[in-house]
Order: sequence, then structure tokens, then C-alpha cells
Amino acid sequence: MKIKATILLFSTAMLLAASFSVPASGGAALEPSGANINDTASLQRGAKWFVNYCLGCHSLDYQRYNRLAKDLQLSEEEVMQNLVLSDAKFGDTMSIAMSEEQGEAWFGKAPPDLSLVGRSRGGDWLYAYLRGFYQDKSGNWNNTALANAAMPHVLWQLQGIQTPVYRQETNEQGYEHEVIAHFELTTPGIQSEQEYDETARDLTAFLLYVGEPAALQRKGIGVWVILFLVLFTFIAYLLKVEYWRDVH
Amino acid sequence: MAKSASSLAKRAGDLMNWLDDRLPVTSFWNAVMTGYQAPKNFNFWYYMGSLALLVLVMQILTGIFLTMHYKPSAAEAFASVEYIMRDVDWGWLLRYMHSTGASFFFILIYLHMFRSLLYGSHQKPRELLWVFGMFIYLALMAEAFLGYVLPWGQMSYWGAQVIINLFGAIPKIGEPLTQWIRGDYFISDATLNKFFALHVIAVPLAILGLVMLHLVALRENGSNNPDGIEIKANKGPDGTPIDGIPFHPYYTVKDIFGVGMFLILFSFILFMWPEVGGLFLEADNFIPANPLVTPEHIKPVWYFTPYYAILKAVPDKLMGVIMMGASVTILFFLPWLDRSPVKSIRYRGLWYKVLLGMFTIAFVRLGMLGMAAGTPAETWEMRVWTLVYFMFFVLLYFMSPGGKTKPVPDRVTH
Repeated sequence: MKIKATILLFSTAMLLAASFSVPASGGAALEPSGANINDTASLQRGAKWFVNYCLGCHSLDYQRYNRLAKDLQLSEEEVMQNLVLSDAKFGDTMSIAMSEEQGEAWFGKAPPDLSLVGRSRGGDWLYAYLRGFYQDKSGNWNNTALANAAMPHVLWQLQGIQTPVYRQETNEQGYEHEVIAHFELTTPGIQSEQEYDETARDLTAFLLYVGEPAALQRKGIGVWVILFLVLFTFIAYLLKVEYWRDVH
Repeated sequence: MAKSASSLAKRAGDLMNWLDDRLPVTSFWNAVMTGYQAPKNFNFWYYMGSLALLVLVMQILTGIFLTMHYKPSAAEAFASVEYIMRDVDWGWLLRYMHSTGASFFFILIYLHMFRSLLYGSHQKPRELLWVFGMFIYLALMAEAFLGYVLPWGQMSYWGAQVIINLFGAIPKIGEPLTQWIRGDYFISDATLNKFFALHVIAVPLAILGLVMLHLVALRENGSNNPDGIEIKANKGPDGTPIDGIPFHPYYTVKDIFGVGMFLILFSFILFMWPEVGGLFLEADNFIPANPLVTPEHIKPVWYFTPYYAILKAVPDKLMGVIMMGASVTILFFLPWLDRSPVKSIRYRGLWYKVLLGMFTIAFVRLGMLGMAAGTPAETWEMRVWTLVYFMFFVLLYFMSPGGKTKPVPDRVTH
């Protein structure tokens, strides 16, 4: 009985350890993005948004156009006509002409390559970032997900411009300071709020896919591998029982 | 038909005789497999050893194929890993098998060591078996650390920075020692190239040699068992232990079942959740190494965090390094610290259950705190569990000779 108690104690401890997961980027809890990399239409829309609004400055140096075509179920023609805006070839990576030095000279900080941003930041953060741009009192762009982000809101025509409404808060030391209460859409965009959320979700899904293209295959393969292993293990179990009959 | 079948059997027999005259194939097989009598009462905890061996083989095989595509240079390493993940056929599978395998290796080894604490497998006459096992564990820690640097992500770089700088705490030789390890004044291409060599050949060779010694020592005295009884003390008229059964086929078929169960769990992680929420693959390591940008929160992978917590618990750097070193070193002496006349926890008193329970909680909790940001409250908690960790060994030494025990049966139970 007591040995069982020890094992119970041990497994409880292990469970505790397992339940302690590490957030991808730390900080406050983020709203779930709802992005789904298995939604091919969403990935296609995300690719379109990315190529039109992001690829000017942000490269995807590890992503090839032909891989994109295969995974997003697009033909070579569709990709070459709609998604390749440079003189890149079908088998090339989605790189950009701007060098890191030029990026630094022009923007102060070179726009980072986004091949793996889906993995380092996570989908929820990307979704929060894409929706978190606002114009502060002095008219500068800022972001709720990344304070003092160097990037301007390139999607402002879609979302419109939101400005914060502040309220006073007293902290523990008794000092008053301003915090953002909520946002007001001061300049409306082409898209409604729901439409813009959808755009942000499509872009998030696309970047999650680019972060790990193999993710589209591995789960499907995994199901078959596990089914095979269950069958294998069942037969191995019967074999074990048969052999051990004369031991007990 | 019958005639040709029997002549085929005869030919196979001839071939075997030819081999046996030149190489002790049959006698070796008999000695270590069919003729080796293992206790018949092995339970769940006895799967870990064979599974660890399986993972070792898997790490070597996947490692060989990863080496064919990986580039050990600071300029190309990160991109070559992404090349493996995207452009190499089944490269993602090789890489995930290797990264998942690394974490599972530690899970299995920790359970394997815990088994010894449960059933006293480290006690006389198996002290050397435990010591070889500890050397394997030490080599495995080196191997995992070196391997973690190779993807050349932010956590690879800064994790290596923190760990190598620990050697700098040693008085006088500290600074030159860290330079010698890095092969440079800072972590650079030279360090990466050196770590690659150590990871793919030097340490694996050491591990293989140590595993061999571990297995030879295991067969010398035979396995312990959950009752902690020497089955050789009870032999039947034919000279074999009454409670023993031939390792092959009984434990080989049982281990195949264990392999199946293990691979189901392993595949689930590999295919469905390879990052395990940042525990197996850290999010920051998907950012290329950048010597100019320090990540907000540097922490080692989960299997090192208990020791990392002990390091962080001590305010003085040198003392912290000494304590961390001591927390691993003390495990080598376990066979001589545990002086209980009874091996298995089943026949030890409540005192041992409480000690081991506290030790287990301390180890797990230290592991969790080692990943945390390190608030003052967490630092104090780390100190408490560090004390509990070391007190286990102190109390074990003093309590084990006189601690309450129950009568041990002559034969194994089920």
C-alpha cells in the first residue's frame, strides 16, 4: 500500500511539473488568435496580404515559392502571377532586395526576416500585434503588444486609425498615471472591425504555416504511425502473455 | 519438401558451427541472454533501462543523418537546421526525433535512477554499476549541452554563455579555462565547430564505452528486483535460481511490449506537440544567435533546471557553482550513503518513504523554479528545496543503519 502511495506522490509531482508550461513570449495572457493552418483558404488569403503589405520590407528567407504553391494548393501560374511581385523564379525563396544595411539606414532598425516569427512569438502574439497598432497623442505609431515598436502601421488603410482613450489610475505608491482605457477608431478603414480581425487571423495563420511548413503533414502522418504502433503493441502484448503463461 | 527443409536446417547448423569455431557467438548469447537468469518479478520501473538503450541507438542513427546536412559554422548553422526542417526529405522527422529523443532520454534516465532509490539497486554488490550509470548520466548532460548549442539560436548562444561562464568562477584558472573551452574570447564560430566535434564523436564514444561497462557490471551480479532480494541465494536442484527466469525469451518479449508503449507516447509528442509548450524546443531558439541582443529570460532546457535552481539559490557565484557541482557529485556516493540493511522501499520503514518523498518533491519543484523568472519569493523557495535536496543525503547516511525495517521474505512476491 505504501509503495503505491509513493508512486502516487511521485506521479502527482510529475503531473505538477508537466502542467507548468512556459509561455512563448511571456507577459500578460493574450486573446486566442483562432488561426488555423489547416484552413487552406485562410492561408491563401494570408499569403496575398503578406505579399502585398509585408514582403516589401520583411523577407521570408527560408520559404520557397514552389513549396508555398504545393502546400497552399496553388498552381505555378497562380503563384507567379499573383504572389511573385519581383523577378524571383518559382523555386526561389521569398527574399527581398533590401539589404540589412539599407534597412538600418532607412528605418533605424532593419525589418527582421519573418520566416520563424510564428514559432518564436506564437500565433496569439502575432494576432495581438497586428491588431494592436494605435496612434498616440503626438501622432506616432505605437503597439500594445510591443511597446515603442519601430514599425509603422502598414495596414492602417484596412483597419483605420485607432487612438487611445486614457484614464487616470493610482498605483500602490499613490502616484497617478495614465493608462489606456480603450481605443476609438478616429479614422475608419476600408474594412469593418470583423473584416480586419479576419485579415489579422489570415496573416497569423500564414506566418504560423511559414514557421513550420512540415506542420501541415506531420499530424496526418502521426495518426497513422500511432495507429500502427497501437496494433503492434497489442500483438506484442499477446505475445508477452503467451510466453509468460508458464511463469505464473 | 521435408527433405530440403531439413537440409537447410543442417546447413544453418553448419554455418553456426563454423562461426562458433571462430567467434564465441552461441556461448556469448547463452551467457548474456538465454542463460542469464533474471528475477521474475520485474515491474514498470524495469522498462527504463532497455528503453534508454533504444533512445541511445535512435539518437546515434538520427544524428548520423542530421550530420549529413548540418553545417557547423556560425554563419550557416541556423540556416542549415531550417534547411533540414524544410528542404531535406523527411528532415523534419529526423530533427524532431533527435530533439524529442534528447528530452525523453532524460525522462527515462531520471525514472531509471528513481527506480534505484525505490529498490536499493545501488547497494552492495552493485555499487560500481551505479557509479558507471552516474558517469553515463554525466556524459549525457555534456552531450545534451553541446548538442543544444548546435542549432545556433538565441537560447543556444546565451545558454552556452551562462554555462561556460560558470567555469570562470573558479579562482585563478577560471578565466583561461573559459577561453580554452570557447577556443576564443567569446562564443564564436570556433566554439561551435569545437562543440560539434565533441557532440558527434567524442562524447558519444565515451557514452558507448560506459554503457558497455554498465551492462557488463549488470550481468556480473544480475539485476536487483522490487523486493531487493538476491535470487541467487535460493537455487533449485538444477543450480538455477528458483525465482529466476531466462532473460531471453521472457524479458525480450516483455521489453518489446514496453518499446511499443513507449513509442506510442514518443510518437504522440513528436508528431502532435514537438515543442511541448517550449519545454522541449524553446521559442527563443527560433531566433538566430545574436551576440548583441540578450534574451529577456535565459534558462536551460528542463532537464537541467533543478541544478540551475540550486545555482541561482546561492547568492555567491563561486559557492553557487560549488553547490551545483556538489548536487550532482553527491549522487556518485549514494551506494555508501545508503547504509540500510534492507534494499527495497517495501521493507524499509516510514522514515525512508518520507525522505524519498521529500527528495522527489524537492527535485521536481527545483526543476520548476529553475525555469521561472526568479522573484525574491521564488529565490527563497529555491533555498528551502536546495536544503531539502542535500538533507536527503545527510539524513539517509545517519538514519539508514538504524532506521526501522520490516522482515524481508526469502522469495520474491508478486
